[in-house]
Amino acid sequence: MSSAEGVVPAFRMRRAPRAPLLLFLGSLFLYIGVAIATGQTRMLEVEGAVGLLQRTVALGIVAIGQTFVILAGSIDLSVANLISVAAVLASFIMQGRPEMMLTAVVAVLAVSAVVGLINGALVSRLQVSPFIATLGSGLILQGLLSASFTNFAGSVPIEFQAVAYGAFGPLPFSVIGLFVLAILASILLRATKFGAHLYAVGGNAEGARLAGIRTDLVTIGAHVLCSLTAGVSGLYLASRLRSGAPWVGRDGVYDLESIAVVVIGGTLLAGGRGGVWGTLAGVLLFAVLDASFNMLDVSAYPKLVLRGAIVIAAVAVYTFRSRDLAA
Amino acid sequence: MTIALKEIRHGQAFTHAARRINAALVVFLLFYLVIGLLQPNYLEPAGAMNFLRRAAPLAILAAGQLFVLVSGGFDLSVGSLVTLTVVGGSMLTANDPGNTWWAIGVLYVVGLLVGLINGAVVAYLRTPSIIATLGTLLSVNGVAMMWSGGSPRGYLPDNFRMFGRFVFHDVPVVKIFPVAILVLAAVCALAQWGLHGTVFGRRVFAIGDNARAAQLAGVEVGSARIAVFVISALAAVTAGILLGGFGGVSVDVGVGLELQAIAACVVGGVQLMGGRGTLVGAIAGALTLTALFTLLTLLGWAQPLKETAQGVILIIAVAFGAWRRRRTG
Repeated sequence: MSSAEGVVPAFRMRRAPRAPLLLFLGSLFLYIGVAIATGQTRMLEVEGAVGLLQRTVALGIVAIGQTFVILAGSIDLSVANLISVAAVLASFIMQGRPEMMLTAVVAVLAVSAVVGLINGALVSRLQVSPFIATLGSGLILQGLLSASFTNFAGSVPIEFQAVAYGAFGPLPFSVIGLFVLAILASILLRATKFGAHLYAVGGNAEGARLAGIRTDLVTIGAHVLCSLTAGVSGLYLASRLRSGAPWVGRDGVYDLESIAVVVIGGTLLAGGRGGVWGTLAGVLLFAVLDASFNMLDVSAYPKLVLRGAIVIAAVAVYTFRSRDLAA
Repeated sequence: MTIALKEIRHGQAFTHAARRINAALVVFLLFYLVIGLLQPNYLEPAGAMNFLRRAAPLAILAAGQLFVLVSGGFDLSVGSLVTLTVVGGSMLTANDPGNTWWAIGVLYVVGLLVGLINGAVVAYLRTPSIIATLGTLLSVNGVAMMWSGGSPRGYLPDNFRMFGRFVFHDVPVVKIFPVAILVLAAVCALAQWGLHGTVFGRRVFAIGDNARAAQLAGVEVGSARIAVFVISALAAVTAGILLGGFGGVSVDVGVGLELQAIAACVVGGVQLMGGRGTLVGAIAGALTLTALFTLLTLLGWAQPLKETAQGVILIIAVAFGAWRRRRTG
């Protein structure tokens, strides 16, 4: 038994960096395979590929934030509701006026940061289990939002729609933005003290505390970052939809999907191991699945059934060899 | 020595349980009192019986969820299983009361299957239960949509709806007695016995406390895990059968119920990540949530603000529990 325990982590550590690449290549092959098999080769041209990448933006941004909280051993179920709040707030403040763009963005980011601060404080200071703390704050946000707005509120000016529709050559700004965000997140995780502490806290919170790390601040920091990405994702959706509605986050199921892609990307749900690139590969897999279902002309409901099975299968690939008995 | 230990543990468990149960029960009674002040007929037997009838599905879901939570997992698939039960019931019976009984049998088999899948994926593929049951949530929802074509209408046959709707009249003391309360009582008795009165129940606690230690002590962790998910799924089918009697057939009967069931347990002092919890707490939590919703309806609050209130009470309940654990150790 003890020899087995010694082998498992070493095996995982060797495998971990390759997992995102395999997932990425697998998704790519699936996409290309389906496109060729169904004869829709135009999906392989620039336009189709860009369309595929654009599908990853909204989920990708918030999934990067979710990676941080999950690495810290926490979880955030409030992101979908925060995305709705951000989208509605942005378009409500802008009301189509370009001069309000900066105000709206600042307001959205400020609200997001406060929500993250509260989530983090509930988890680390009041010791509320993160599942309940963020479920609760999500319910509070959604309740207040739906009580105040029942439909699309306000609109965003043409200038702001550039966030979603503008492009640099064939590459949309939004896709470039997601990539830049991922690089920044990766640097933050790999090359800063905060990143090192984040892994330490997620791996063994008590050990990290005894080593002198302010674990509460690390947890709060991770939650603030996550909420900020939810805010940015909401801003992107407002830009893409040209207005915000109180159901955009929930309809996208961004809470559960962001958690699913993080775990599919090889980050341990218990925290302490994983990274941003795996998450992005997971997001790409989801986008490829959606695109493939469309190409294969699978109708909406079987799509749901398959999606659930694929979520389980994709995570099981990582976990079935594990000796961890936790549920 | 074993006897002495047992007595100490019993004594501790008793004071522990008593302290923990009181919180949710006290809050519930407080809410109910306010409800009674606002709407006096809730204080009459008939009003109380009706309240219990409406609380029954959530309480049954909480009783099932309790097993999974105590074992250290989550079951997010119960809401969609409730939907599948109602939608499937309507498809199977096709408005013919003669089909009701075998249809109910089939629905329980479906529930059994979903529970087995959840349990097997968690136990043998070692997938975290939050992800595994999220997957089944999506799939089961998809099946319900496929089966019904997306927009089922109408009502279940009367003898199917009987479980949720039928009320005995002219009963002594309580005047009316809904069948739903009978179902709830039976579920409670079974759950109380299963969790607090059997070796199996002790194993569930042991796994939730420390799965590795339980395994080394000889507990078959895998089969116990499968069992808790089966129990939760069967509870969900039961709750679905009751809810089918409450209203019409639609694809969103069960939406959000999984989170409400977890919330009910948590309000009742059940600890997420396992090892702690009581049936009385889970039921008290479900009654508290139902009382909260009733109260807010009486106060004329809009539906969305009820969500907000639910969020607030959830956080307070867990923060309070964590605070007390830190103080008492």
